[in-house]
Formats: sequence, structure tokens, C-alpha cells
Amino acid sequence: MSVTNGAPAPLLRLEGVNTYYGQMHILQDVDLEVGEGELVCLLGGNASGKSTTLKTILGVVPPRSGKVVLAGEDVTRYSTAKRIERGLAIVPENRRLFGPMTVLENLELGAYLRPRADLKEDLERVYEIFPHVAARRKQLAGTLSGGEQQMVAMGRALMARPKLLLMDEPSMGLAPILVERSFEIIKQVHSAGVALLVVEQNANVSLSIADRGYVLSTGRVVLEGRASELIRHEELRKAYLGR
Amino acid sequence: MDWDKIVQLLVNGLTLGSVYALVALGFSMVYGILKLLNLAHGDVLMVGAFIGWGVLGWLGGAQDPSVAVWILLTLMVLAAMAGCGFLGVAIERFAYRPLRRAPRIAPLISALGVSFFIQNSVLLLFGANFRSYESFDLVDVEVGIHWGPLNVWILRIVVMASALAMMLGLWILVTRTKLGRAMRATAFDREAAAMMGIDVDRVIVKTFFIGSALAGAAGVLVGLVFGSINHFMGFGYGLKGFTAAVVGGIGSIPGAMFGGILIGLAEAFSVGYIEDVTFGRLGSAFSDLVVFLILIGFMLLRPQGIFGKKDVKKV
Repeated sequence: MSVTNGAPAPLLRLEGVNTYYGQMHILQDVDLEVGEGELVCLLGGNASGKSTTLKTILGVVPPRSGKVVLAGEDVTRYSTAKRIERGLAIVPENRRLFGPMTVLENLELGAYLRPRADLKEDLERVYEIFPHVAARRKQLAGTLSGGEQQMVAMGRALMARPKLLLMDEPSMGLAPILVERSFEIIKQVHSAGVALLVVEQNANVSLSIADRGYVLSTGRVVLEGRASELIRHEELRKAYLGR
Repeated sequence: MDWDKIVQLLVNGLTLGSVYALVALGFSMVYGILKLLNLAHGDVLMVGAFIGWGVLGWLGGAQDPSVAVWILLTLMVLAAMAGCGFLGVAIERFAYRPLRRAPRIAPLISALGVSFFIQNSVLLLFGANFRSYESFDLVDVEVGIHWGPLNVWILRIVVMASALAMMLGLWILVTRTKLGRAMRATAFDREAAAMMGIDVDRVIVKTFFIGSALAGAAGVLVGLVFGSINHFMGFGYGLKGFTAAVVGGIGSIPGAMFGGILIGLAEAFSVGYIEDVTFGRLGSAFSDLVVFLILIGFMLLRPQGIFGKKDVKKV
């Protein structure tokens, strides 16, 4: 790990990131950090720039200015594949499984950039976390229920052995019981030493398990701090927790 | 029933159909991954036919080949596959990739432009004359299977067998390999595929290479068993390959194979029987009428094709 000013460099750092879609200024001077093994949540309403932040981190959308630094390395100009190789993975919004392919094939695609020799071990690790997925491995992903798809999507991301796992709205479209289950799994993954950046509209649940949080509003970070403080924060409660 | 005739038409249809299937596969693969109708695909086949003809001439010609016939045939097919593969990659790079974010009519027109460009380039280089592989000098027409009503020239068997082998190879590539998985993932959801670390551009380039190489091989096979070649031949084969892809279900690999065989058989049997059925009013030259009636019928009644899913988007 590289060291700056004596302090350990964070796993991920966004520095003054500005992202545009054409003429539209989406992200405005966003600064954000995720430390090694940290669970950070990124909150905000619709069109606040949460998904764009993830796309900028992943390199799907290039920022017009600012830097994306991954484990001390400036990856701003790197392709998505190169960033994933350096320890990123994502559970995209709505899971985006490859429906006409089997569960096993979906998992194998998650390990696309991993050496073939590790495949078996990685599969066993994922099956251990999700025994249910193991039972469904020959089934087409598109035929699974929403909850099962969520597990496959997480398993697929874990196949990349990420140091930092990005999650885009894991609770979206899931029944409340499955949301709870989903966050249990997030906790489990986190306790295995993987850092997570979780984008959520559901502030209550995500803050209850996160270490720290950021709140985005129209493309700017308007609040940040420890999750335990944010959850008590008056403005946040009014704006997002509806109380 | 005239069994000799039926068997002969069956063999003709299967030979023709295996070539159409190869062409349809290229159409289908490119459509599956880019939702683009590669209208220049037939012209790639034509270039393949010319590359094969060039290799044949370079190695002494049909009357006096300087290597064993099977080596000659292998070299002709491989050269056409390599040449057309790279041609396909160049077409993607310069005619389609710059238009990937453009409205869908733009790459379609670009494809039409590429088609004219290739046709006229070959016209300029080789003239408008028909050329022949003179395959009867290469392999005597009597060599082959003679079994009751079944009389099949060995070159036809070679054509069917190699087309079948290539389709089998493609099937294994697509269903069993890492590249195949990446191709299917990219075809289904390009952005999600990129999120897995798949280099989508590279997958598209490889798809074009493989599809065009199959067309190149088909060009040589056509030259070997269906007589002469010229700069305009690609149009007809392209159109029939496209018909086969649509009938089978565009984007589907088994569909392309099945559609190819079906169209081949339909064409062969209409060549054989259209005169009888219409009491001599239509000659065998009207066989295409039947082929394209099948296309229209499918467009109207089952636009997704035999193996296609119902939600396939159309141009």
C-alpha cells in the first residue's frame, strides 16, 4: 500500500470530480473516500447523481475534470476493464443479470478477468455464502425470482474478488424481507474484509450498517460524516428519512 | 414419383443450404451483437470467392495444380477466411464504429455504401467478366458416391462437410468458450458486459472477424460447386443468407443453420418443380420467387423467425 503524509492512502478517492452528460453538469466537485475494508453509503434522492458517481468510479462515464484514485494509483484515464483488474466490482442497479445465460455462466462472467485456475475456488466461496445459488447453477438467470437474482448478482460481483464492491440500489424492487436479507449479506461480505460503497435511497437501513455516509443532492456532496451521526442529523431526517 | 430427381434436388438443396447457413450465421452474429444489418456481408462472400480464385491460379490453376488437391482446397478456404476476416474488421472499424451512437438508419446507409464500394473495387480490379474455378478439371465429376439413385460428386460432399464442420466449430466457440460467453453477454446487455470487465470493442471486432471469415469460406465453397463468380454475385447470396437468418430467427445460431438449410431446399425444389406446378408458365429462373415468398410469409406471420424470441427489436 502506498503511503502519503504518513497516513495510509484510502482504497478509493474521488478528487474534485466533475462529470457531464453532454451539456448537463451532473457531478459537481465531488470529493469522496472509501478506506480499506470500510462500508460507506452514498445517499440521495432521484437524479442526485448517485449512479453517475458509480459510473465515474467504474469508468463507464469519464469525468471532465478531477481524479479517480484507486489504491494510490490514478485510474482516471483507465478503461473499465483495467479498473476492475485493480480490484473493483459492481452489483448494478436492477442487477442486470444475463438472462438467457445460466447462473453458472453469469458467475463465470463475473470472474472474466480472473485467472482460470482460481475459478473453482472462487465458485466454492460464492456457493458457501449463497448455498441457494449453487442449487440453481444450471438454471437460466432470467427465470429466477427477484431475491435469487439479487444473490446471483452479488455472487457474480464477488467472483472478481474485489477489494471494493460497488452496489447500486441493492434494495430496489425487493420485498422488505428480502431487503433485510440483502443487507445481512452486505454485512457478511463486509466482515470478510471487502470494502463497500453502497448507493441507496433507503437511508435508514443503509446507515444502520454503514461506517460512514455521504449525501448527494443535485450532484453535490451536501453532507458527510459517521453513519451514527448522520442517522441523527436533523436535515437528513427531514429530507430522506421522512420523519 | 421420380426418385432420382428428388434425391438429386435434395442433395442440391442441402449443398446450397449449407452455404446459405454460413452466410446467415455471419448476418445473425453481427445483428445479435450490434443490432445492425450488415448489408455488405454478401460482398464479403464475393471477395472470399475471388481470394479463393486467386490462390487457385497462383498454385497452378485447376488443370495443373502444383500441390495435392486437398492441400489446394484447404489453402483456398483458409486464405479466403483470413482475408475476409480482416476485411470485416476493417469494415467495422471505419464504417460502423464511428456511427455506433448515431441513429440506426445511419449505419444501415453506411453498410449500403460499403457494399457498393467493395463491388466497384472488385469491378475495377478484375473487370465484369465471369470467372470460373473450373472445378471439373480439379476433381473429376465421376468421383463421389454412387449408390442407387444417390449420385453425389465428392466436391459437394466436401462443401457440405466443411460447412457443417465450421458451424459445429462456431457452436462450440459460442457455447463453450470464454470468448463465446463474452459474445453472448455483450449481445444481451453491452453495458452490463462492460461492467464485468469485458472489452466490448474487442468482442465486437472478433465477432466481425469470425462472421466475415465464415462468409469468405462460403465464397470459396460457392465457387467450387456453383460455377462462375463475378463482382455482383454477393448481392444474391447476401440476400438469401439474410432471408435464411430472418426465417430461422435473427440473432439465433441454430436458427441461422436451420433457416439456411430450409431456404436451400426451398430453392432447389422450386428449381426442380416450378415448371411442372405452373404448367410451364414459369421456368426455373423464377425459383427466387418462392424463396422470397417464404421471407414475406415469415415477415407477416412469424416475424421473430422459427427460433427467435418475440421481443426482438427490428430496424
